[in-house]
Amino acid sequence: MDADLFAYLLRIADDRLVLGHRLSEWCGHGPILEEDIALANISLDLVGQANHLLQLAGSVEGAGRDQDRLAYFREAVEYRNALICELPRGDFAFTIVRQLVVAARDMLLFDRLAHSARSDLSGIAAKALKEVRYHARHSADWIVKLGDGTEESHRRAQRALDDLWRYTGELFDTDGVERRLVERGIGVDSSTLAAEWRAQVAEVVERATLKLPADGYMMRGGRVGRHTEHLGHMLAEMQIVARSFPGAKW
Amino acid sequence: MTDSQWPLWEVFVQEEQGAPHFHAGSVHAVDPEQALQNARDVYGRRGALSMWVVPSVNITATVPADTGPFFDPANDKVYRHPQFYRTPRGVKVF
Repeated sequence: MDADLFAYLLRIADDRLVLGHRLSEWCGHGPILEEDIALANISLDLVGQANHLLQLAGSVEGAGRDQDRLAYFREAVEYRNALICELPRGDFAFTIVRQLVVAARDMLLFDRLAHSARSDLSGIAAKALKEVRYHARHSADWIVKLGDGTEESHRRAQRALDDLWRYTGELFDTDGVERRLVERGIGVDSSTLAAEWRAQVAEVVERATLKLPADGYMMRGGRVGRHTEHLGHMLAEMQIVARSFPGAKW
Repeated sequence: MTDSQWPLWEVFVQEEQGAPHFHAGSVHAVDPEQALQNARDVYGRRGALSMWVVPSVNITATVPADTGPFFDPANDKVYRHPQFYRTPRGVKVF
């Protein structure tokens, strides 16, 4: 088994699956019908990307686990998503700021992965790139409206940015897995995306009349399975049907 | 419609090159960019080449009372229909 590639695919897939599920919690609760549909569509895009990546991870692993097995029968400690993806959805500002922060990183990541030496991974990345470009545009547009909107929307958007900032560092951590995959032309060194990501986020934040928080202590641990208490609760809800009725079809 | 709703926009979608934009429906949005995004999410997911959004207030429409004077096919005025005129000899009829 290609252990590096398997680990790498799980990280990218889990970011999408966990964030996609968090976003799906808005379904039926969006501030207006059109936005409810927009959030559900973005959520479906993310879960769809996770589906492809987990399927590929399962075949790389070669142990007979398909995407459903990987999604529904792993414990929280086996998940490899960044912590930022698992935080409760918060208010609308929190959700939107998180979407921008992650989508801006995803755009840079998939733009590079679209040239991966693994054609199966590059194919998934090329398709996902089109989707996350839209996600970034959608959230950037909203952040400007919130930040440059009313006093309350400005205050909430700034608070979301401040609360989320300490979870952004983990998105750009790198390790031996990434470095070895870079050498093989397959993966991306996350730390090389940080500067451009920061410039893109800063541009939106400035247009929104918000302030970029100072870099302080950064939370990390998701990539090695050390999660917040929130992930376990989320997975319990996400996994209960598949675990109660294993192999069920509908 | 009440004040709590955002302004309404009419959505026109083109599905194939050269085809006309047809009216797909309407969305609420506060500005043109958001109207396009909402239209994309509500009406564009099955594939579209191009999309227009137009503020609904900018559309001038007929009212039901106009139907008679506006759209009467004038079947009694036969000269308004092309079939009234003879096709000259030598013109190929398709």
